[in-house]
Amino acid sequence: MNRIEEALKDKKSFIGYITAGHPTIDISEKVIYKMVEAGTDLIEIGIPFSDPNAEGEVIHNANIKALKNGMKIEKAFDLVETVRKKVNVPIVFLTYCNPVFKYGYDEFFKKCKEVGADGIIVPDLPFEERDEMKVFADKYGIIMITLVPPVSKNRIEMLAKDAKGFAYLVSSMGLAGVRKKFPDGVKEFAKFVKENTNIPILIGFGIENEEQIKEMSEISDGIILDSAIVNIIEESGEEAPEKVFKFIKEIKNTIA
Amino acid sequence: MNKGRYGQHGGQYMPEVVMEEMKKIEKTFYECIEDESFIKEYKDLLKNYVNRPSLLYYAKNISEDLGGAKVYLKREDLNHTGAHKINNVIGQALIAKKLGKTRLIAETGAGQHGVATATIAALFGMECEIFMGKEDTDRQALNVYRMKLLGAKVNAVREGTETLKDAVNATIRELAGRFDDTFYVLGSAVGPHPYPAMVKYFQSVISKEAKKQILEVEGKLPKAVLACVGGGSNAIGMFADFIEEKDVRLIGCEAAGLGIETGKHAATITTGEVGIFHGMKSYFVQDSQGQIAPVYSISAGLDYPGIGPEHSYLHETKRAEYVPVTDEESVQAFEYLAKKEGIICAVESSFALSKALEIAKEYRPEDSIIVCLSGRGDKDVAAIARYRGENIDE
Repeated sequence: MNRIEEALKDKKSFIGYITAGHPTIDISEKVIYKMVEAGTDLIEIGIPFSDPNAEGEVIHNANIKALKNGMKIEKAFDLVETVRKKVNVPIVFLTYCNPVFKYGYDEFFKKCKEVGADGIIVPDLPFEERDEMKVFADKYGIIMITLVPPVSKNRIEMLAKDAKGFAYLVSSMGLAGVRKKFPDGVKEFAKFVKENTNIPILIGFGIENEEQIKEMSEISDGIILDSAIVNIIEESGEEAPEKVFKFIKEIKNTIA
Repeated sequence: MNKGRYGQHGGQYMPEVVMEEMKKIEKTFYECIEDESFIKEYKDLLKNYVNRPSLLYYAKNISEDLGGAKVYLKREDLNHTGAHKINNVIGQALIAKKLGKTRLIAETGAGQHGVATATIAALFGMECEIFMGKEDTDRQALNVYRMKLLGAKVNAVREGTETLKDAVNATIRELAGRFDDTFYVLGSAVGPHPYPAMVKYFQSVISKEAKKQILEVEGKLPKAVLACVGGGSNAIGMFADFIEEKDVRLIGCEAAGLGIETGKHAATITTGEVGIFHGMKSYFVQDSQGQIAPVYSISAGLDYPGIGPEHSYLHETKRAEYVPVTDEESVQAFEYLAKKEGIICAVESSFALSKALEIAKEYRPEDSIIVCLSGRGDKDVAAIARYRGENIDE
């Protein structure tokens, strides 16, 4: 069992996302410590991309802001290297194909291992194309997290069987960003994925309020929040670490 | 070669959520082009609605003035809606119908693809929504209004550089959220498989006709065929039937903007590097971090940081040449064509024309070259006037 599966087993887990360098690298670091202190079980760190076309507006804007502030891939590695000295929770990068391809697959995953990252999520890399990157991720023991959207059963089965670390269930059609309501059938969808894999299944994409958090955590092994946290960071500036801490504390109580 | 791969280029790098849809489109496309009734319906529409075959026009005045090869213009500007885009849109819209879709969405740069999509949606009685960068809606206001007249909803995309690249991002997002009833009509030879293959298939009518027409009038193949290249849909159509004719030069003309050295350009092959974006592996203008770079061209249609995967392959295998042409060179060619032949072409097309005027002199009067005149210039007249320091009311 790898560090990710170990950290998420036998409980209701919470995963939080931030965009590295949004609004500054210093705030990102402080937010990470507070997320861990509040009980976050795994941290997703977005390496910003100029055109994150699988994200909603909030994360897209955070990516652009971070890049404008001089965010670089190397700085994201430095951030993980720094926080890894103080925190033990698994850390997973989220970024797009092109930054990884341009950095060089071998070099990128070697660096992930060196700084202590555990996994990667690449939203524009589907099952059919993942081998070209996975060979290198495997070489350095970095887990490629599988996104499982509510599509056909055959495809879900294929995705779930191959998944390692945790299965990232996409709550509804469409892309990241908060939603008012989830579609019918999400319960059956989560149940079906659960039946097809032995690893934890967590639900993300567009979860915002307490009611949704409760509803989603009941049918899964935990929840993932992205835009909601990025929103708080965007609105709070220097106070972001404290505000995020409070927000996550409440969530942890809700799903416990 | 693998289906959907052109050497190392191509592929299907899309969010997982749309992969099943991509597979359905792929399967349906290959079934349709084997289906006689589909091909008949497509050809009937090209003939009776688009007004094909388009003319292969001998530009006598230009040819005599230059004193080199005979310059022929493949008049895609005479198609219904005024550009080559309609060839592809009809094909894709028929596939959308086969898939039971009732709503078409599309990205557009200069607006020609948006107009073509809105037109076919009107003809087929389908709902239509177009995504266009905010900056492009400003500089191509005429086409925005045409789309609205045709019943389409036009969304001005206000993110990133507010141009074509961002319009593609927005359309991919829209597709991911709604594909039960929606089909993404992609306008250029870019994107995930099967789009580059589909666009080539539907645009290859340009070179099929041109080849037949030139053999009829000249009795031999041309020395070169030229087309402008943004994503490269008219170019792949102009090249398609000549790729196997090794003695015919294939020349794609990229937007060098204010000059390559200024950094304000959209010359992907000249300055780009291999990357993965918008569903494909191909060449992209990007920085050392793999961030897609902002690009610039006087032509909204060429203002795209990537190029179709087959073009990248034709470049790497040296089958085709890709050359940069500046705004100034294209505007000069635009004005020259208007004065010499009485044809106002799209500013995109004038990039290819500029290079053609240059190379024509390398050949003899018994030789010929063909330029794809991809569209007409109504939409660009005000922009050219502004470029020359004149303000006119559209």
